Amino acid sequence: MPPPLPSTGEAVEARPERPAEPDLTAQRVVPLRHPGRWIATVVVLVLLAQVVHGLITNPFYQWDRFTYWFARPVVLQGLLITLEVTAISAVLALAGGIVLALMRRSQSPVLQTVSWAYIWLFRSVPLIVLLLFLYNFSALYKVLGLGVPFGPQFVTFGVARLGTDLVIAIVGLSLNAAAFAAEVVRSGLLSVDQGQHEAAAALGLPRIYQFRHIVLPQALRTIVPSYVNVLIDIVKGSSLVFYVSLLDLFGQVQSLGSTYPGDIVPLLVVATVWYVVLTSVISVVQYYVERRFARGAERTLPPTPLQRLRRTLGSIRSIGAAR
Amino acid sequence: MTALDAGLAPVRAAAVEVHGAHKSFGTLEVLAGIDLTIDPGTVTAVLGPSGSGKSTLLRAINHLEKLDRGYVSVGGEPIGVQRVGDRLKELPERAILVQRRRIGFVFQNFNLFPHLTALDNVAAAPSATGALGRPEAIELAEELLARVGLADKAGAYPRQLSGGQQQRVAIARALALRPGVILCDEPTSALDPELVGEVLSVIKDLAATGTTLVVVTHEIGFAREVADQVVFLDGGVVVEQGPPAQVLDHPVHPRTREFLTKVL
Repeated sequence: MPPPLPSTGEAVEARPERPAEPDLTAQRVVPLRHPGRWIATVVVLVLLAQVVHGLITNPFYQWDRFTYWFARPVVLQGLLITLEVTAISAVLALAGGIVLALMRRSQSPVLQTVSWAYIWLFRSVPLIVLLLFLYNFSALYKVLGLGVPFGPQFVTFGVARLGTDLVIAIVGLSLNAAAFAAEVVRSGLLSVDQGQHEAAAALGLPRIYQFRHIVLPQALRTIVPSYVNVLIDIVKGSSLVFYVSLLDLFGQVQSLGSTYPGDIVPLLVVATVWYVVLTSVISVVQYYVERRFARGAERTLPPTPLQRLRRTLGSIRSIGAAR
Repeated sequence: MTALDAGLAPVRAAAVEVHGAHKSFGTLEVLAGIDLTIDPGTVTAVLGPSGSGKSTLLRAINHLEKLDRGYVSVGGEPIGVQRVGDRLKELPERAILVQRRRIGFVFQNFNLFPHLTALDNVAAAPSATGALGRPEAIELAEELLARVGLADKAGAYPRQLSGGQQQRVAIARALALRPGVILCDEPTSALDPELVGEVLSVIKDLAATGTTLVVVTHEIGFAREVADQVVFLDGGVVVEQGPPAQVLDHPVHPRTREFLTKVL
């Protein structure tokens, strides 16, 4: 026969030496320490300080010459060419990309194949090779004309007259970037749910309205970040137009460098800083454009940096006023 | 005169007729010859196990799915095809889009336009198709949202709404062109159980307005209560059809009986 179970009162009396349990629910959990993270942070800070120190103290950079050249009219002229070439190419590339992407999605095998072949070819050819090809284009085709293939020509014009350096640069950059833009646009269109196409079709919305108001705004959410990459590639790719004798930002810097060989490093820094400025401006614009197309995608949009700053300033001021 | 009446033809419930519908996806025959007549102003519940062709049949009615053989007509007019001599020819897309404006469609997954507010989702069709001017379309959309009990959610984006609310907006959107037929493809299947009731009660109200209603559903209770006709599909054919009291309570076909014992 088993011994009778002790009552709870007896059990407590049996072990009086046991210390009282601490109340764990009343305490905060001690966070885990990350010593490795701290060490890595210190190492990176030291390296960063060395880079800054080097930039400031190394006479090689000649910061006085940098300030001299930075906003010279000749440099700004080059910058203007860079901006012009980039802006026009970016628009043409996007338009071409949309056309190529729509061709790729068309039911016609010919349109599909042509689009595929274009993208395949122009993604393969290095930009510099393409530009030099176009530069020598007038030697390849003396006359361009519009007309029936193998038949009569309606309009003809000399290639040499058409091919100014600026046109060659823009055409080259656009042909190249359109191939990349096409894939960006296509991926954006693919990202729109099939149900959206069906809902628009079931409502009997006109075709153009479906694309313009239902599909495209949703596709742009995916297209914008990737297209900004293409855009930045165009900005930097435009430095190659120097080789088709167009004096863009890099071209001016390069030719100034051969006139003032001692200033080559500060001149390169000038070009670097301007390219960084251009990319930064594009990134800021990207941020706001993305917010515009994020409507409805998130339940509430986070505040912009400006709104956050204003709110912080506002709260500081109200604290000041309270005192 | 309210915006509901402005510029839009009054709702005239349309008959739906399916004639010898065949459809295969690859080697799989989804519709194996369906003939069906749905009288104007009636409510038809389409039941059947998954893969029986219910959704395909519904999607064929507004030509989201092309039939291999046979055709569908709504209000006496063939949808997506036209008769030329003794042949059926496919209509151009533009003409099909115009036909679809007389047929409302409610999707299982709502498919609201996520970048537009509830109001703009509803107002899009009447203003884009030119049926109404923009201000009238907005006014109509407000009325329709009020009708599905969402007057206060006009400015909300779909992702800010619950599933039941989204489906009610989708129903309002389908009503915006005052279609003579409304097709609902499992309208409550994507909803949490406690949200099913609010959507079904909106559909019930709809049934009371006299629009022709075709609902693919798994809600047997709803079918029993609201439907005039229950159609049971299996293997791409109509196995049994008739009033709910007959098909649901005294099924003749063994397949119907088997299905009902599983779902009830």
